[in-house]
Amino acid sequence: MKETILKVKNLAVSYTTYRGKVRSVRGLSFKLKKGETLALVGESGCGKSASVKPIMGEHEANQVIESGEITFTYDGPQGEETVDLLKIDDEKMQQEIKGKQIAMIFQDPMTSLDPTMKIGKQIAEAIKTSSSDLSSEELTDKVRELIDMVGIGHIDTVMNQYPHQLSGGMRQRIVIAIALSSDPSLLICDEPTTALDVTIQARILNLIKKLQRERGLSVIFITHNLGVVANVADRVNVMYAGKIIETGSSEDIFFDPRHPYTWGLLSAVPDVHDNEEKLPTINGTIPDLTKEIVGDAFAPRNPYALEIDFKEEPPMFSVNEHHEAATWLLDERAPKIEMPELLQQRIMRMRGEVYD
Amino acid sequence: MIKNMQSTTNNNDFSLAHREQKVDHYSGESLSFIQLVFRNFARNKVALVSVLVIILIALTAFLGPQLSHFNPNTPDPQNSNLTPGQNGHWFGTDNLGRDIFTRVAAGTGISLEVAFVAMIIDLIIGTTYGLISGYFGGKVDIIMQRVTEVLSTIPMIIIVTLLVLVMKPGLMSIITAMMLVGWINMSRIVRAQVLKIKNEEYILAAKTMGMPNSKIIFSEVLPNAMGQIVTTFMFSIPNAIFLEAFLAFIGLGVPAPLSSLGTMINDGYTQAIVFPHMVIFPVLFLALIMLGFNIIADAIRDAIEES
Amino acid sequence: MKKYILKRILIAIATLFLITFILFLMEKAMPGSPFNDEKMTHEQVQALYAKYGLDKPVLVQFWNYIKNMMMGDFGVSYSLQVNTPVTQIIAQHFPVSLTIGLLATVVGAICGFVMGIVAALKHNTMIDSLMTGISVLGVSLPNFVVALILSIIFSFQLYLLPAVYSADRPFISIILPIIALSTFTMASAERYARSEMIEIMHSDYIRLADSKGISRRQLVLKHVVRNTLISVITVLAPLMIDLIAGSMVVEKAFAIPGLGTTYISAIQANDYNVVLGITFFYAILFIGIMLFVDILYGIIDPRVRLDKG
Repeated sequence: MKETILKVKNLAVSYTTYRGKVRSVRGLSFKLKKGETLALVGESGCGKSASVKPIMGEHEANQVIESGEITFTYDGPQGEETVDLLKIDDEKMQQEIKGKQIAMIFQDPMTSLDPTMKIGKQIAEAIKTSSSDLSSEELTDKVRELIDMVGIGHIDTVMNQYPHQLSGGMRQRIVIAIALSSDPSLLICDEPTTALDVTIQARILNLIKKLQRERGLSVIFITHNLGVVANVADRVNVMYAGKIIETGSSEDIFFDPRHPYTWGLLSAVPDVHDNEEKLPTINGTIPDLTKEIVGDAFAPRNPYALEIDFKEEPPMFSVNEHHEAATWLLDERAPKIEMPELLQQRIMRMRGEVYD
Repeated sequence: MIKNMQSTTNNNDFSLAHREQKVDHYSGESLSFIQLVFRNFARNKVALVSVLVIILIALTAFLGPQLSHFNPNTPDPQNSNLTPGQNGHWFGTDNLGRDIFTRVAAGTGISLEVAFVAMIIDLIIGTTYGLISGYFGGKVDIIMQRVTEVLSTIPMIIIVTLLVLVMKPGLMSIITAMMLVGWINMSRIVRAQVLKIKNEEYILAAKTMGMPNSKIIFSEVLPNAMGQIVTTFMFSIPNAIFLEAFLAFIGLGVPAPLSSLGTMINDGYTQAIVFPHMVIFPVLFLALIMLGFNIIADAIRDAIEES
Repeated sequence: MKKYILKRILIAIATLFLITFILFLMEKAMPGSPFNDEKMTHEQVQALYAKYGLDKPVLVQFWNYIKNMMMGDFGVSYSLQVNTPVTQIIAQHFPVSLTIGLLATVVGAICGFVMGIVAALKHNTMIDSLMTGISVLGVSLPNFVVALILSIIFSFQLYLLPAVYSADRPFISIILPIIALSTFTMASAERYARSEMIEIMHSDYIRLADSKGISRRQLVLKHVVRNTLISVITVLAPLMIDLIAGSMVVEKAFAIPGLGTTYISAIQANDYNVVLGITFFYAILFIGIMLFVDILYGIIDPRVRLDKG
């Protein structure tokens, strides 16, 4: 059994806005083991980014942490330490954790590098935070090594270039190099490929996967696109309205999804085989999180909603020891409802492909 | 779609709820963009006070001369250089014995009039120019942009000065001069907004559905650029008032017997030490107008940004 | 970069050409010039026209006009300093204006940027509100109002500084003018720097730089302030140009014998050669400043410097 490096327990985050308090994250719990890749999946606005900001120690003026605990275990200067990232003081966060233990890759590589600083310098700056005693030659070597690691060929040219001279894919590689410069144990990827061309997306995903394996990184992978997750994640957490509504291994979620929302997400992934149909989408929009939600937050959009969904929030029902879903459909009293036929056919095909 | 549905329980709670899908949860409580802007603006107390001050000043300008039985332009040598409050002159009199309160009121009116007329014409010219340039793009845009680029590098204050000088100082020449130079900024901002909006999906959709250009511009593009247009307009008002005062101060103000705040300040400046009231009141009004419009413009911009 | 500089220079030349053309038209249209004098006979006017080359085609006249202007020949003063060449008048009055203008720019820009940066760092605190309040006042009060308030306080109440320029005490007498002149610059610079910096602080690249775990001091100095300063260069040119306009007013208010005062006197005395000459001089100054700042920006901002072309 691998050790757990990050444990989020009952995290609730809200934002005060002119419309009132937006409860973006409403009691989120998950565990991340060493070397594991965990995907957080959901539509935009479901609280994915809001739930990782506290992990990175990012405070916003209107952000309120209502409750929760984020325990992080790492090899600190004084040996193994376990801290609550919500209670840790800013200085320790900045000096020991940010960049060194937890690093992040952002959504839009076009805007995430300083436009007026050379690439080499931006990488060097990140290296220096963990190893300040390097000589300038050693530093340059390390920078070259990192650029090489992310698969960029003409290292010397790139080092002396500015971000605007590079393509989006190249920039995202540089961002990855920066993130990995201090050998972190946890990498958070916030929609790292959304802003990129489809062809480049795959390459960046493969790079992240490769580096994750080589370095035994633990990764939290945030995305709204389940298709992206399939070959990256070990475990998948599907989020809706600030909560996890289904969690399981990649296999559980892709081959045996139980929550109607997950069905909807999976059906929305384009598939070459059903070219004759238009993509099924989930109707409606995410609920207004300024209001108290009664029952299942997804019920109003759920074509399989039960009466009870409008009255009482479903608990997590266990499907097997690593697969849980929060839907009343799993209650023994519920009618037997199966996933849409289209999705069933797809899963059959996928299984076939996998086991071939 | 739903297969194998069996009622396995008597508990009604576990029956399928065939409810109408509530697609939009924000409906009912959702506010239109303009309402949001108003709501944000109304939260800014300083801005509300400014609005009140501007309204009071405007009222003074238009009703002031009626409130007092003095004529702003009638000299009264027996009552010259009176201090405020003397002989019923609330703000005193100037060296010709003219009532300063009515003069300030009338002068405020002239200053506001000049600024508003010039800026409204600018608004029309600038918006049209910016809309055409931004919306049609291509060669039209390139040529129109070169024109404004060169025009905007010409120091406007100098052009205005020369124009007024050539046309002889007067209400019309001041308005014309300000009008000729003021539209460039507006056109730029409108163009930038149009360029931003132009590629939004709903505009592209309207285009592909064959909506005529004029209709797209008036029903889609213009309303969306409105926020920026209003902000720019509000900022241009104090600028115009400032420009008028500047012209007056260098001796190119509206000619007598008319007087604006600028000419009054210019006249009173030399006597500021002996008779401070002659300059203090027009300065106070000018400062309040400028401050008021700037604060309101700031607040509108912030309100739009927050929405 | 080459393309960028070339474009800037071309625009500068086009502007200069346009201004010269406007001045040329103005000169022809100016009321009260000797050519419009109704008392002269037709022959006298013809003689004058021949003397000034005004009987030639308009384009030739314009060409000659440009040549004269470029050579710095703006004619002589009619009334202000009779028969003194305009160039000499400019040379005589410009130095004091330049001193005050430059000092005011430096004082205003530095104070403004520092205030803006402090306000942005202390966003949504009392300090921010205070700075914002000062800057709103600063952009709202015309220079001559500031000049008036300053001289009432420091000259007539406290007797600290002179309200009227005296050539014998140049240093002490330019203090108030510099403050009066730099208020607007300072306020505008503050507003720009503040909003620019707040935007930068919320940008993705600052989030990334912060996620590297560098110290807050480094983050602010190396990334936030540096980028703010670079973008702030773009407003320097308009600020300096506003300041030149302001200098006319402030010079008049403090009776400083600078170019601005001379300009106003010339306007009031209908001394057109002097007005047009100084206008042309101002125009060159404006265009020069804009070109300089544009090129400076091009050199400093790598996005422009390394652009293809």
